[in-house]
Amino acid sequence: MTSKTKLDSIDSTLQKEPLDVSEIRKDFPLFESREGAISESTHPPITYLDSAASSQQPRQVLSAMESYYETTHANVHRGVYAMAEESTRRFEEARSKVGRFINAPLPEVETVFTKNATESINLVAQTWGRRNLKPGDVVLLTIMEHHANMVPWLMLAAEIGFELRYLEITDDGELVIDDLEKKLEGVRLVGITLMSNVLGTINDISSIASMAHRNGAVVLADGAQYVPGMPTDVQALNCDFLAFSGHKMLGPTGIGVLWARKSLLEEMPPFLGGGEMIDDVRLDGFMPTAVPWKFEAGTPPIAEAIGLGAAIDYLEKIGMDKVREHELKLVSYAMNSLKERFGDDLTIHGPADPSRRGGVLSIAYKGIHPHDLAQVLDEYGVCIRAGHHCAKPLMRRLGVPATARASVYIYNDHHDIDVLSEALAKAGSLFGDAIT
Amino acid sequence: MSGLEDLYREIILDHYRNPRNRGELDTPPAKRIEAFNPLCGDEVVVYLNVEDDKIADIKIAGQGCSISQSSASLMSQAVKGKDISAARELIRSFKAMMSIHESKLESTSSEELDEDQQVEDVVVNPEAMGELAALQGVVKFPVRIKCATLSWNALAQGLDEIEEEANSSK
Repeated sequence: MTSKTKLDSIDSTLQKEPLDVSEIRKDFPLFESREGAISESTHPPITYLDSAASSQQPRQVLSAMESYYETTHANVHRGVYAMAEESTRRFEEARSKVGRFINAPLPEVETVFTKNATESINLVAQTWGRRNLKPGDVVLLTIMEHHANMVPWLMLAAEIGFELRYLEITDDGELVIDDLEKKLEGVRLVGITLMSNVLGTINDISSIASMAHRNGAVVLADGAQYVPGMPTDVQALNCDFLAFSGHKMLGPTGIGVLWARKSLLEEMPPFLGGGEMIDDVRLDGFMPTAVPWKFEAGTPPIAEAIGLGAAIDYLEKIGMDKVREHELKLVSYAMNSLKERFGDDLTIHGPADPSRRGGVLSIAYKGIHPHDLAQVLDEYGVCIRAGHHCAKPLMRRLGVPATARASVYIYNDHHDIDVLSEALAKAGSLFGDAIT
Repeated sequence: MSGLEDLYREIILDHYRNPRNRGELDTPPAKRIEAFNPLCGDEVVVYLNVEDDKIADIKIAGQGCSISQSSASLMSQAVKGKDISAARELIRSFKAMMSIHESKLESTSSEELDEDQQVEDVVVNPEAMGELAALQGVVKFPVRIKCATLSWNALAQGLDEIEEEANSSK
């Protein structure tokens, strides 16, 4: 549909923000064009609260990609001419930026580019998993995993015949780890999200990882939600693999990252076969090349990697501590103001303590189905996600078919939360006391 | 906010709040058909009792959004007591009501619109649609069409299965 309804002007109390959001928004062409459109009073300003699904991109990222295509596009690791060397230099520079951003001990060696976090996890399952897992082994996951950290293991388990075991959650959305020692028996790999994309729960994996390591297991961390909003240090997290996506952290789609310890990467067989990933090919065999290129068959997403590098520059300029502080402040404000306004009509899934969660808020409101809620909110230019968020086992645990999820990032402010609140009230009056 | 009012007509909200023919039937003799919308997790379960080529009874279970649940409720009311052939005719008309408008949204030339109009004249008789016409507003929201047709696909599948079983036992 084309025409949207503008809400009456909302008087947001002036709040001191850790970030200068109005300055930040100037860097995002999407907000600028939408805000320009209001003056023609055809659209309400967009209230983008779906960054946990995919973030917007600042001009700096878009122009880094454009500049690459306009001035120095050539395939990487192939040509000897100057332009190809420049292309390779920018691509590899992006890799080391990514590695340093997560404090990898060996940024240039341990950072593998993939398509997205999903592909990164599939890479681990298909290479490390296929080589190391046998019938009778156990892979330990949690019931709050995104399908991306569940289905690759279900697929492999169906083939190999190892056992899948799950950590449960409390009613407050925290992992149950009282019986971790027992759950770890026979476990070869622990796969845990660093931050739930539904509950927002931040999982403290460093202590889980220590115990897993003592039991001889490796630890895979799904950082798709965590890395965009938290200062990330793989050494402090104590994990062995970290997967994340570029498009949730101001970067473009089509680029993701797998970080793994060098010793693990070296013993893993290659993932996809083709050019770039070999040292030599004969008619009866091949010799894979060194890591990380061993896992990067074919021409990689060069511009996207450079775009991700620019996104990291942007985030580092702000400072990840500030990003975290900002999200925490917004989430606290949202939880308080929504609770105050809607009381028992509104439930927020996940930890009640904002400091235990990231930038996502899964909301149940007056029994209005999330699909209907998102539809009414769209009328007011408010973009939220409704659905099962690729976490069906978690939906069953929560006893809901779906949730309505609002998520915040660096370009959101208190006003966005107030607009959300106002739009929720509109939905409430449209549906009334509809639902049982 | 004309779009929203078109979508959430009073009849739809009424059927959502007070769903008709809600419940389950014993299987057998009833046929049980489940349908899912993987996009949003909606599910509709249709229980169907067919006697002498007539839908003797129909019950609806499951959970989901106002569109999927009200559509199922409206459908149960519309087909209960009808001949299988009449029910099939209604399924065709309902789907035509959904898809004609869907193609209209995509079409840009007036020529295409005219063609669609002709199809509509042939297939859909709005008077025959009764209360079901309230769901017409859904077609302006393409992602919701799947919600509206969920129960109808389940009904069609159930009728197919019942007829197949009848044919194979002959």
